Amino acid sequence: MTRSSFAVHAAGLRKRYGDTAALDGLDLRIPAGTVHGLLGPNGAGKTTAVRVLTTLTAPDAGTASVAGHDVVREAERVRRAIGLVGQHAAVDEVLGGRQNLVMFGRLYHLGSAEARRRADELLDRFRLTDAADKPAGTLSGGMRRRLDLAASMILAPPVLFLDEPTTGLDPRSRIEVWDAVRDLVDGGTTVVLTTQYLEEADRLAHGVSVIDHGRVIAEGTPDALKGRLGGDRVEVVLDDPASLETAAAIVGRVASGEVDVDTDALRVGAPVSGRGAALTETVRALDDAGVAVADIGLRRPTLDEVFLSLTEKTAEQEVRA
Amino acid sequence: MNVRTLRWAVADGRTLTGRALAHWARKPGEVAVALLFPVMVVLMMGYLFGGQMDVPGGGAYREFLIPGMFALTMVFGVETTFAAVASDAAKGVTDRFRSMPMSSSAVVVGRAVADMLHSVAGLAVMAACGVLIGWRVHDGAGRALAAFGLLLLLRFSLVWLGIFLGLLAKGPESVAVVQTLVWPIGFLSSALVAPSTMPDWLGAIAEWNPMSATVTACRELFGDGVTGGSWAAEHSVLMAVVWPLLITAVFAPLAAHRYRTRS
Repeated sequence: MTRSSFAVHAAGLRKRYGDTAALDGLDLRIPAGTVHGLLGPNGAGKTTAVRVLTTLTAPDAGTASVAGHDVVREAERVRRAIGLVGQHAAVDEVLGGRQNLVMFGRLYHLGSAEARRRADELLDRFRLTDAADKPAGTLSGGMRRRLDLAASMILAPPVLFLDEPTTGLDPRSRIEVWDAVRDLVDGGTTVVLTTQYLEEADRLAHGVSVIDHGRVIAEGTPDALKGRLGGDRVEVVLDDPASLETAAAIVGRVASGEVDVDTDALRVGAPVSGRGAALTETVRALDDAGVAVADIGLRRPTLDEVFLSLTEKTAEQEVRA
Repeated sequence: MNVRTLRWAVADGRTLTGRALAHWARKPGEVAVALLFPVMVVLMMGYLFGGQMDVPGGGAYREFLIPGMFALTMVFGVETTFAAVASDAAKGVTDRFRSMPMSSSAVVVGRAVADMLHSVAGLAVMAACGVLIGWRVHDGAGRALAAFGLLLLLRFSLVWLGIFLGLLAKGPESVAVVQTLVWPIGFLSSALVAPSTMPDWLGAIAEWNPMSATVTACRELFGDGVTGGSWAAEHSVLMAVVWPLLITAVFAPLAAHRYRTRS
């Protein structure tokens, strides 16, 4: 067997459900110790990919190894090396947080004293000690998620899978989950994260694979993916609708591409090539023309923009084919 | 299966049985309702309907009723199994178990042991209720214990049915479907009325209902006298062993398969 230096290494994974190809030749290489985002719209195959990598579903074709073990032939070893946080907070809602962690600890074959010690440690680390004895079903969404994360961390697995860990959480809970994930990565865990929130991948992930129709359609760091859209944009928000036209003309002079004018938001934006110079030039020209500015800035394209442009491309290709 | 695997299967099974017991400790009200519901059915059947009931071959209806209620209590148990399994599956707990390096058989073993304990408690409550309203064991403790053994064998087979259906279900809400189906199955048997009083074709179905085999066998073992003259009724003890074994043989592999390949 070839020991892969990647924490996750998948080649040509295929999985069909009836007529739908959930995975259609998926390849992944995720270096150890990084956070890797699997991005894609609903039904793109993200969850199926996670299910195959966590031994829950057998692939129809292709191979995958996690922490150096084949997910089909060495499923048992893979299970020892992973933690899974699925789309639901998979905890017992009747039992308390501590009871949950002790139970899962016992099922990970820790001794009874060790399971209790580990439960207390994790409750402390995930700031759940105060709620440790309340039924998990009565906790807030964010707390239940943290309990869920804690349960997947009992053995401190080298590879952790998070399948849309913040879907349906309020902003505060989301930040709590992100903090917890960062802590884990600081401790050396490899995290594979599926998400629909591009902001989430942007904040957490070192590498991103954009998945659509069961295949990886783009890969790279969030910055590299954004770079594909042609670098930075200057954006100006105005106070007065009357100055929209003037502002658009000024921005057009420094722009390297088409100028977008949003008349409702009083916003003018355009891609630029020279970063700082373009901004300075815009500010000066607006000032000279006496245009009152509410906000001005230079920003990189969001992953949403990258994502939309990428998936539009595949949709166009399909139409042509 | 080597010794180590077996040892973990036992340990993990015990952990999961403990989980079910912890549920009961957290929700004593629900447990009490589940245990007392069959008592309410006994009181309804025995006192509201019972006055009009003539047991073929004589005998008191309330004494006729109790063995039927023992079996019905076992059949109600399908709901308990179903609800627990469907809830775990819907909340992702089943997938968490499956992604863990634990014994996969432990999940069903833990469920089965917990449900059997629950059923023993249910039988004890029903027996106490029966004694209070005039039900007696006539043929000695040995045969009575054999009857309780057959009841638990029926329950054991229904554990597998419950697990299979629970894994098949879309969510724990579907328990309403199971609750609704339990009634016609319970009524179309010898549990509450003698099949000989039904139209012939319906009586024949009732006689061959797996639940009827257990009920009739219990009546025989408790010394109430056998009702009905069909082959199934004459061989009720045999059938009360064969039916549960058959149900287990069908649904245990189906449940195990469903658990392993859930997607």
